[in-house]
Amino acid sequence: MAEIQENGNGGGRKKGKQKKITIRVDFTPMVDMNMLLITFFMLCTTMSKPQTMEISMPRKDVKDESEQDKLKASEAITVLLGKDNTVYYYEGLPSENYENTSLMETNFSAEGLRAYLLRRNASIATKAAELDTRKKNLEISDTTYNRELSELKKEKGAPAVVIKASDFATYTNLMDVLDEMLICKIGRYSIVDIEQGDLFLLKEFTKDDSYVVHQEVIEVYEEQ
Amino acid sequence: MTAMSDVTVLLLTFFMLTSTFIQKEPVSVSPPQSVSEVKIPESNIVSILIDPNGKVFMSFDNPKDREAALREVGKAYNIDFTPEELKKFSLLPSFGVPIIGMQKFLGLSPEDQDKVITNYGIPCDSTDNQFKIWMQTARQVWSERIQDVVRENPELAARKPQLAIAIKADANTPYPLIRDIMNTLQELREQRYNLITSLRNAPAGA
Repeated sequence: MAEIQENGNGGGRKKGKQKKITIRVDFTPMVDMNMLLITFFMLCTTMSKPQTMEISMPRKDVKDESEQDKLKASEAITVLLGKDNTVYYYEGLPSENYENTSLMETNFSAEGLRAYLLRRNASIATKAAELDTRKKNLEISDTTYNRELSELKKEKGAPAVVIKASDFATYTNLMDVLDEMLICKIGRYSIVDIEQGDLFLLKEFTKDDSYVVHQEVIEVYEEQ
Repeated sequence: MTAMSDVTVLLLTFFMLTSTFIQKEPVSVSPPQSVSEVKIPESNIVSILIDPNGKVFMSFDNPKDREAALREVGKAYNIDFTPEELKKFSLLPSFGVPIIGMQKFLGLSPEDQDKVITNYGIPCDSTDNQFKIWMQTARQVWSERIQDVVRENPELAARKPQLAIAIKADANTPYPLIRDIMNTLQELREQRYNLITSLRNAPAGA
């Protein structure tokens, strides 16, 4: 472990002169142990805290009819999540029997849903982009940024998105849409149960009966 | 060698101070990606773990809460848990077996517990919604504990402690399973919760 080295020329030392000793400690085992501990810590711990997306859902016991009524047809966008990562949207509020509603197909890429939402939300998106650059250049603090962004999102005439996921959608699809809301700085959005009419639209558009059939099967099952 | 030793000690210190231990989870779940950068709070959190097959597991961050919750839920189902069972339960990082089988489960060795827990999950269908009862109890025992804490340290009241609910679901979970959990939370008037995601870089110019 440690060795003591004597300096000098062996026995031919003069009497009275102090012995010069250098102590050399071998650090190899210590380094070995430290490396082992580092490896242990690297494998068993995590540096990052998990990210979360905060959402707030509407209350169930309060009838959200009044909320729905407040939604102007010119502001409303409904996003439907279909089978196999497909996504569709329609503008405005559907009429009673969904006659005048036409579905549009889009996708989760930057040119799809995002481009459309940014176009609809253009005035807010450009202002928010300015805020983003100011934050990036450290001109404003995080708290100011958050406050101004939430102010910005309250602007009149901003689109409100209703997200309706069919039973064939996955959690990733839902998360992707919620993500687009964040990216496109959309202030008002809600996740709502899909309605019969929406399923009918999906069926008509995709020529796929399973949307409607699935719903009927579930209803029969629940009645039993 | 001294320099090398210095470096390793430094690295070791760094890792010990900055990192936190990975929580053991009964099933491995990879959350979907998102651009959201909000971090999860450190304490006062109930996490709900949903695997791709819709099995639900829960965990409370405070061992005392776990113990109290099991006692309360046991009462609701007329099951009396012994102090040893409560103690054992409070040491589990997360749980997810039907309450009927809980006593048997707690009697198993930790290795066997890890093996069998993946076959279970908290029942959360409409006929026997044990998840709802767990969630209700979690809220109840948490607020009771926090009230005690605030009574002892009145200065904490200003901070307004909040119980956060974190849902960690696998990216491939079918939506109906998530919807059931969200509906249950809505019935309990828990409107605000966190969806755990992994970070994706925000697109430029958006």
